[in-house]
Amino acid sequence: MAAKVNVAEKLGVNKFNTDEKNSHIDVDKGYADKKEVDRVLRACPAAIYTLDDNGTLFFDYLGCLECGTCKVLSEGKLVKSWNYPVGTKGIEYRLG
Amino acid sequence: MSEERFDCIIVGGGLAGLTAAYVLAGEGQEVLLVEKGNYSGAKNMTGGRLYGHSLEKVIADFAASAPVERKVVKERLSRGVGDDMVTVEYDSAGLACPFGESYTVLRGKFDRWLADQAEEQGAMLIYGVRVDSLLEENGKVFGVVAGDEEMEANVVILADGANSLLAQNLGYKAPPQINQATVGVKEVIGLSEEIINERFNLASGEGLAWLFYGNGEDQVYDAFLYTNTDSVSIGVTMMLGEIDHTQNSVPQMLEDFKNNSKIAPLLEGGRLMEYSAHLIPEGGENMLPKLYGDGIILVGDAAALCANLGFTLRGMDLAVESGLLAAKTVLAAQEQGDFSADTLCAYEKALQESFVLACVKGGESCLAAVKAGGYEEDPISAFNTAMGEAGIK
Repeated sequence: MAAKVNVAEKLGVNKFNTDEKNSHIDVDKGYADKKEVDRVLRACPAAIYTLDDNGTLFFDYLGCLECGTCKVLSEGKLVKSWNYPVGTKGIEYRLG
Repeated sequence: MSEERFDCIIVGGGLAGLTAAYVLAGEGQEVLLVEKGNYSGAKNMTGGRLYGHSLEKVIADFAASAPVERKVVKERLSRGVGDDMVTVEYDSAGLACPFGESYTVLRGKFDRWLADQAEEQGAMLIYGVRVDSLLEENGKVFGVVAGDEEMEANVVILADGANSLLAQNLGYKAPPQINQATVGVKEVIGLSEEIINERFNLASGEGLAWLFYGNGEDQVYDAFLYTNTDSVSIGVTMMLGEIDHTQNSVPQMLEDFKNNSKIAPLLEGGRLMEYSAHLIPEGGENMLPKLYGDGIILVGDAAALCANLGFTLRGMDLAVESGLLAAKTVLAAQEQGDFSADTLCAYEKALQESFVLACVKGGESCLAAVKAGGYEEDPISAFNTAMGEAGIK
């Protein structure tokens, strides 16, 4: 089997117009259902939902590819609200 | 604060919205298209292969001037992984492809080109503006709201993509269920044109479309590989509900797939140019939203017009056709001076009569529709027969 994927490295080649001030996704970081957290964490293509060694959930919206996977999987649960970034911000595909 | 009332406002500058803008502006309509990205294509992603037939109706011979990557002349379908992979190859040139010519494309380039064509027709395109909500009174839509700005129009065309929050907020569409949405994750990997030609046995300008079914130990994902001019688009797709049937992560699936023994050598020496992800509405007929209403029409992914037909995944040609049919509907409504649902219902009828809804409703009926159009070849049967002969289910 292949080596563990390094998603951050892949996101590093992308162009993002980062909105440092506002997250377009509101995540319930204290969400208690570990199974739910795990499925969103594994489904997110950008791997921006992560757990540290203590099991604390981190979410870094700046690397978001705006696909909506977490919204469809977990809106109303782990994902409290989901919108696109404001105009001009977020991922900018040069190739697409 | 509306100073001007547009004939039509289009939300979203992808293929569906741009096609509608192109056609309407070409007929002298005052058209405003609002796109949240900094250019058309900035937020868009495809596998991707564009079947050209619907865009041909709008811009004849578009491939001669549009930035298509390669014309697809070769198709492969595979099952299994690595050393266990069984592959069937078609030579499309000899197959009389039922949907006409198709091309590999990269949306960041292609959509910008189509946007330029729409602007030349007289459409007004504004970028970097996210539409937050629709102006609506008693169920009748009459414009859009973006930040503090309100802009009014006789009719709004929603072309805001697979997630279409606007359609959901308007109550036209339920959020997709986990068995109705597939996530696609892709890498574009740069390789020289010569190396691609050599490794895939292609001439310059000729492309390969390759689909892979039931990959990984748990078989939860499918995969694709398309050759561009000097890059390869490679990715995986997974129905979201499948996440409960695997321990793997989606990004790891793509990594595993790339590293399997049949694929890795084809990508050797390549450089990652972009990593992208997008949702694909795959709910078929059950997922179709309300397609029109008073002062509003839904097109493309926003209308969930997408089809997984087994041997091919299609959305872009459906998007273009829906944009064209929406524009024709708006033009007819303009003549009648009536933009109510009573007039705009012609859009759904036109979709029914076109290939679009037949495709959405499933591969079988689509193929029947294609055959009714005079095509003799049946790629699904050919594939299944070949797979049967190879002992693969």
